[in-house]
Amino acid sequence: MSNHRLLAMFKDFDDAFEVVDKIKGKALSSVEIDDVTMMSPIEHPDIDEKLGDRPSNIAYFTLMGAIFGVTFGFFFLAAAQASFLVQPQGGKPVIALPTNFVLMYEMLIFFAVWTTVITFLGMSGLLSRRGTLYSEKLTVDEIGLVVEVSDGDLESVKSFFKENRALEIREEKV
Amino acid sequence: MSQVIQDKVIDEKLEWSRINADVIASMQSPRRAYWVALAVCIAMLFCAVAAEIYQYKYGMGSAGLNNPHMWDMYIATFVFWIGMSHAGTLLSAILHIIHAQWRKPIYRFAEAMTTFSLMTAGIFPMIHLGRVWNLYWVLPYVSDRGIWPNFRSPLVWDAFAISTYLSSSALFLFIGMIPDMAILRDHTTGWRKKFYGILCLGWRGDDRQWRNFRRTYMLLACFLIPLAISVHSIVSSDFAMSIMPGWHITTFPPYFVAGALYSGCAAIMTLFVALRYFFRMEEYMTLNIMEKTCKLTFAIAMVWTYLNLIEFAATWYGHNIYDKELLIDKATGPYAAVFWTMIFCGMVVPFTLCFQKLRRHMPSMLVVSILLNLGMYVERWMIVAPTLAMSHQPHQWDVLWGTVIQWAIVFGSFGWFGLLFLIFVKLFPCVSMYEVKELCFHLKHEIEEEEHEKQHAAKAKAGATAGGGASPAGNPGLEGA
Repeated sequence: MSNHRLLAMFKDFDDAFEVVDKIKGKALSSVEIDDVTMMSPIEHPDIDEKLGDRPSNIAYFTLMGAIFGVTFGFFFLAAAQASFLVQPQGGKPVIALPTNFVLMYEMLIFFAVWTTVITFLGMSGLLSRRGTLYSEKLTVDEIGLVVEVSDGDLESVKSFFKENRALEIREEKV
Repeated sequence: MSQVIQDKVIDEKLEWSRINADVIASMQSPRRAYWVALAVCIAMLFCAVAAEIYQYKYGMGSAGLNNPHMWDMYIATFVFWIGMSHAGTLLSAILHIIHAQWRKPIYRFAEAMTTFSLMTAGIFPMIHLGRVWNLYWVLPYVSDRGIWPNFRSPLVWDAFAISTYLSSSALFLFIGMIPDMAILRDHTTGWRKKFYGILCLGWRGDDRQWRNFRRTYMLLACFLIPLAISVHSIVSSDFAMSIMPGWHITTFPPYFVAGALYSGCAAIMTLFVALRYFFRMEEYMTLNIMEKTCKLTFAIAMVWTYLNLIEFAATWYGHNIYDKELLIDKATGPYAAVFWTMIFCGMVVPFTLCFQKLRRHMPSMLVVSILLNLGMYVERWMIVAPTLAMSHQPHQWDVLWGTVIQWAIVFGSFGWFGLLFLIFVKLFPCVSMYEVKELCFHLKHEIEEEEHEKQHAAKAKAGATAGGGASPAGNPGLEGA
């Protein structure tokens, strides 16, 4: 069972990707590529290709937010307009769809945007308490690889990182 | 010189640590001109506050608002600020979707401009109402008489559209700033560290966060484009859905959107010059970026010009006597000076952007951008005022130039906007640090790739020459290719 977390810092993406490739090539029997997290100051365009497919489902929630927005918009406006039933409408429809479409459209966007943002916060682990394994150099120019290892594999993984030009290795107990 | 090198908007050799250091240092010690600008904005705002207090005490008559001038300058200014808000988010979103790399050093302040323009615009309907304490009537809630707002009215659409746009734009701005907040958290001390630590929401820059960030930012950009267009179309409906001459025009929504983009681009140019100087951002807000902004502004100016001419032609050849008389009156009547100022500033001045020397001369660009925005402001005024002054009933004809109170409030709104904006750029980086790093990273790789290809081609050519000029076997068309 993994009870240590290691953060290895690298000079650039090339060095970090070289290590990722080696892990993918089973250079470390105790670490699977799915357990590797890369931390970086920018997002590398090839990161998905290197780390494998890790889908982000935010768009589904956005779609749900949009559908909710447009549905809520329709019923909200229709309910409000229906309360005018007692008043003379002068031949106009009580629930006027063409004009309601404008506001339904605005509500679609409003709810879609808010749902997207809330989902982003949740799915990215923002606002949640995380481990202390972090380096301020990650927001400058260095790249970090985080792996979880057990006691028995700790030293071998550390030496693997050192052999592969890790600038610094930090660890924490899980 | 290769195309990549010729088009590059920033020095790709900038070290990432230096980008952090430069931007943070600029926030902490701007030039003295920044403080002067801040003081001027505060003074302007005081003018508006004093005028509003006076208007609040003595009523709307002090602003000259009476039949037929129920709207006039306040609403023209409202439309102006709404328009100004469009370029920031809309251009940022469009340029993000089409992967225009040059947006990266300037999109942050453009988005901030959007948010603060909307906040400024939102004040004008309140001021215009007179009874500001009844503002909540516009909110869609059921009152004690069981009456809802009229959802068929474009004025209610305005309230919905603007609040949606304001919240979405603010979220777009905030989400885009999260990685920069983390940089500031890591590299500042004292209260700033705590402040940015809260705002970065625990950002660590891991691959999951970046992946979700990229997806979220793209989704928001996709929603903001139609939203921005809908907002200004709705604002145009305030006019176009009436039957007043000069307002009841089919092309008003695209005309408003083009005008909004135009004034927004001009404002981006003004702020570009100011921020570049205030924060010593010459290396980040480069002349190449200014050039591209100018070209974009010119293109939008031509769209606006075209739509304006279409409107004139439609009025001239359409047989509506009221519309035609109004158009003639705009060009020759009491508002003629304003009308021709609009034509000059909006249609003629943009041609200065065709000259490269001018595009790369910051003081000239400052003057040109201010003239463009002057043109766009008077354009808004020319939409609102002449129609009210010379509508269907001749006995109602009355020209209003605005009272001191109106002018002071309009003048002060620029101070309010400037104050908010200047505080923002002092507290938050006006240049996106992580995006500039991305820009440098991509640029460096593109240049390396191009050099590699060149070397490869040179080797192939040398090989072909050594082989007596014959094409290599199995590759007969190489030389021709």
